[in-house]
Amino acid sequence: MRPSERCILVIGALACAIASTLLIARAAEIPLNERKSGYEFMGRDSRAMQDDDTANPGTFSVLDGEALWKRKVGTAGKSCADCHGEASESMKGVAARYPAFKVARGRPVNLDQQINICRAERQQATPLALEGKDLLALNAYVARQSRGMPINVTIDERTRPFFEQGRATFYRRQGQLNFACAQCHDDNWTEKLAGSPITQAHPTGYPLYRLEWQSVGSLQRRLRNCISGMRVDNYPLGANELIDLELFLMWRARGMPIETPAVRP
Amino acid sequence: MARALINVPAKAKKGEIITIKTLISHEMETGYRHDNVGKAIPRNIITQFVCTYNGLEVFRADLFPAIAANPFITFQTVATASGKIEFKWTGDNDFAQTESVNITVE
Repeated sequence: MRPSERCILVIGALACAIASTLLIARAAEIPLNERKSGYEFMGRDSRAMQDDDTANPGTFSVLDGEALWKRKVGTAGKSCADCHGEASESMKGVAARYPAFKVARGRPVNLDQQINICRAERQQATPLALEGKDLLALNAYVARQSRGMPINVTIDERTRPFFEQGRATFYRRQGQLNFACAQCHDDNWTEKLAGSPITQAHPTGYPLYRLEWQSVGSLQRRLRNCISGMRVDNYPLGANELIDLELFLMWRARGMPIETPAVRP
Repeated sequence: MARALINVPAKAKKGEIITIKTLISHEMETGYRHDNVGKAIPRNIITQFVCTYNGLEVFRADLFPAIAANPFITFQTVATASGKIEFKWTGDNDFAQTESVNITVE
């Protein structure tokens, strides 16, 4: 056997081994007491950055959000504070409950959408751009008020169909690589991908400061990162599929504390 | 004006080594990137950071394009006397920002 043939055989055998590992459909949900936030997968320095508000660049977004909270906008000339008062009181625990069912929409909406609904209906202002600096800042400020509180989305007869859609998206193989989210995040979170830990994908700290982005970003930005990595025809920002997936992921992380603004590599 | 966060102990003993942490919001655009139509995005970075303690320079750093957005600079100095610690960041496009904190040394 020539060396090149041997090489091909070895690679073939390795590929089979990897494929068979992936093909074993364990699809077991992570037991509640074995769940870990992305924080626990991080190194010491990244943790230190998150732990100290004066070292956490996400703090800038929270401070910007605080300023926006008090600013009067729209033809109604109202600020968020005019209706909601002190965010530390009125917004406590709110982010932990989103996505939440919105009767007028007939489906769950996430916090970004709720902020824009408020702007349209109460402030008569134009909607803020999804993934724009201002919307991220307001979201970060609101979510910051829930830091340390357990995630607690409502799954009832109204939200269940959307929750089931989200769950189906998480377990469905999709895209050119024929991958499901669950294959990494349920079955292989003890492993690494390209040297980085595969985490359990619990959305505990959004909007968060990602070092790779060098900015704050939303859960949907992160989901779209993963989905394009799976080579799936991606869902646009604000798509119903992403909201449903958010709802499922928040349920999956139920009871885990909110960390906003988190830091992630 | 950019937002800056400074973390210095409010009180220290004379001769004690204190840790100073500074974080400033800045995009630190490298000058090596292009936009979606291929146009070069001009460099926009902080180029220098200086810390003075009661007017005496105790720390200085030059910054370069490889430094990430929102530079976080931390260093130590000796608490010598009560007074003012000043921080100055300067950079491209006439960027200049000054912050100061007071420290009580007993």
